[in-house]
Amino acid sequence: MLLFVLRRIGVMILTAFALTFIVFYMTNLPPNLEKLAKSEASVRMDDAAVASWLERNGHSGPVLGRYAQWLGVAPGWTLTAEDGTVTGRCITRGTDPATAPRFCGILQGNWGYSTVFKATVADVLARSLGATGWLMVWVMIVMVPSSLLLGVLSGMREGSRTDRVLSTFAITTTATPEYVSGVILIALLASATAGISPILADWGWISGKTLFPGTATAAMDDITFWNFFLPVMTIALYGIGYIARMTRASMTEVMTQQYIRTARLKGVAFRQVVMRHALRNALIAPFTVIMLQFPWLLNGVVIVETLFNYKGFGWTLVQAAGNNDIDTLLACSVVAVFVVLVTQLISDIGYVFLNPRIRLA
Amino acid sequence: MEDALSWGGILVRIAAQLLPVWIALIVTFALSMQFRRRLGLYGRIFDSPVGMIGFGLVMFWVFTAIFADWIITHDPLAQLSGMKNILPGSPLKAPAEGAYPWYLLGGDHLARDVFSRMVMGAREVLKIAPAATVVAFMVGITLGLPAGYLGGKLDTTISFLSNLVLAFPVILLFYLLVTPEIRVTGIPTVLAAILFIFPVVFLTILFNSRFFTTPAKRNLYVGIVLVIGLWAYSGLAFNADPLGVWSMDPNMLNVFVSVVFVNSPGVFRIVRGMVMDIKTRDYVAAGQTRGEGPWYIMLWEILPNARGPLIVDFCLRIGYTTILLGTLGFFGLGVTPESPDWGSTINYGRRLLAIAPHPAVVPAFALMSLVLGLNLLADGLREESMKD
Repeated sequence: MLLFVLRRIGVMILTAFALTFIVFYMTNLPPNLEKLAKSEASVRMDDAAVASWLERNGHSGPVLGRYAQWLGVAPGWTLTAEDGTVTGRCITRGTDPATAPRFCGILQGNWGYSTVFKATVADVLARSLGATGWLMVWVMIVMVPSSLLLGVLSGMREGSRTDRVLSTFAITTTATPEYVSGVILIALLASATAGISPILADWGWISGKTLFPGTATAAMDDITFWNFFLPVMTIALYGIGYIARMTRASMTEVMTQQYIRTARLKGVAFRQVVMRHALRNALIAPFTVIMLQFPWLLNGVVIVETLFNYKGFGWTLVQAAGNNDIDTLLACSVVAVFVVLVTQLISDIGYVFLNPRIRLA
Repeated sequence: MEDALSWGGILVRIAAQLLPVWIALIVTFALSMQFRRRLGLYGRIFDSPVGMIGFGLVMFWVFTAIFADWIITHDPLAQLSGMKNILPGSPLKAPAEGAYPWYLLGGDHLARDVFSRMVMGAREVLKIAPAATVVAFMVGITLGLPAGYLGGKLDTTISFLSNLVLAFPVILLFYLLVTPEIRVTGIPTVLAAILFIFPVVFLTILFNSRFFTTPAKRNLYVGIVLVIGLWAYSGLAFNADPLGVWSMDPNMLNVFVSVVFVNSPGVFRIVRGMVMDIKTRDYVAAGQTRGEGPWYIMLWEILPNARGPLIVDFCLRIGYTTILLGTLGFFGLGVTPESPDWGSTINYGRRLLAIAPHPAVVPAFALMSLVLGLNLLADGLREESMKD
């Protein structure tokens, strides 16, 4: 078991290095750097000016060397200008170059400076991850219980009418990506001209123009049911269908097992059979699915935060990617890759713990 | 000037506009029902109501894409004055001679006809999604068969690479791969050169392993594959087709390649898993005893026996590719602003959702119904193929 975990962690670290290097390489391609130089300094720079700007700001030299600096395993670049001032990766402007550390990469906790948000990446990341954390918490609270309930209900009597109805619902939600369900939900519940809001306003049941607000920007400061309902539901709906279908598949399989039949024949009530005998075995597979759902949620988060203008992790990623903010984009990808790999590891280990039939050498 | 239409009037007129689609659907269903016992797995779709609904939805959009030129009521790019964000069923303000007198599903933020754009959008989506899925399958199968069958270092390497791609957040990958700057560096062309060679390799090995004992036949089939395959390859990947038949817009190539790139590792994983299961069967051992070569066993013994789950996954994956294309459009990546594809139409429409929801809601429902159809079809196929 220990060996398995260690090997998995080894592969994980290797993957993390490979992925961050790919992102580093892609964001540091010459055309991207040129765009960065022009947006940071002046739009009307000629090629020579761009090259010298990149030189002065440490964007020249071999990619691997720069990657090592970003990582913090190679000393940061320094440059002595003609008038004797020393600038460098690790030297904050206005401080003595002699006191600056030699290494300053993410291993030393230096995530860099965001050119879009004009703040250190660590600050930007902390703020946006906090916001997304709340979104995730509420999505999980809504998604996991309701999807498991749907799956168990439809899987316990395969082919019944309940099963048909719930399965259709599950298939429909998995066929509806977040940008579609978000748009439909807004049109239905948060539009002043369509859906149910005009009717409710006519009857005088709601004081404002719409039932729900169309953005979740207000939720950055204060989360309420009204401003958080739509984004949470939009992300959760897509996941509900998927997890419910997995739960249903695993539940139907368990219900055909010999021990369920034995229990039924012994005269145990159907409720008892489901609750005592079937449920625990049926929930092993959905656990893996829920863990592997995290990377998917990341996608949903990016779309929903863009749609509802909620300034969390996904919104930050889009802004950073759209403006080629290299440090922020790299930090986002580190976080994203970390989330994906850790959930994979947890799902593998958890699977072994939950299912006594699996033994790892 | 005509009066504005009621919802009933709009529906009737849309149904009339879609007449070619209804006729084609009825003909398809009638013929298929008639001969369903002789049509194998395809015919069995019609035994399951779920599969039939799914097939109907999918074919509806396929026929809409095919007959789009007859269905549209206005030029999807034309902007008519006074029709900005106008409600569904509104009459034209200043109808030209012979022009269709209404905007059936309203106008968008640039005063274009939402209905016609939705119909043309079906063509955009169905031009890319199935083709990209086919290429992704060829890549996944060509790599997954040897990885699962031979195992060892080859398997470890390819599996690591595919896990690498799968661990990437899709949207980040799209932002890195589908930008105008990336096109300058030639990375899409390199990716296309790698990915597009797989269908040629796959078909060459497929025919070679089957017919290498009868060289005359082998030379004919492999020759045809190589001539047509490499011809298309030169045109699609490098835009260097000497006859100019095969070519791809660089924008579209960029999108196509990224979608294939994202999809192939998933296919690879499924194929590899199934090969590892099937290779323990007796008929594979029998083939090995007969002295069949490894590629023959992989392609002509194992692959046909894995077709059921693969066909189901193919349907699901076209739906997933449609969603991915919509995501690209939603973030405005790799599409021109006037493109009528559903994703970017939703993107432009969402900014005005509070006042005029119809420009975003119409393509949203279109995309949903197509993906739903594909999922239902996959479900029906799965049920029917499990009955054996």
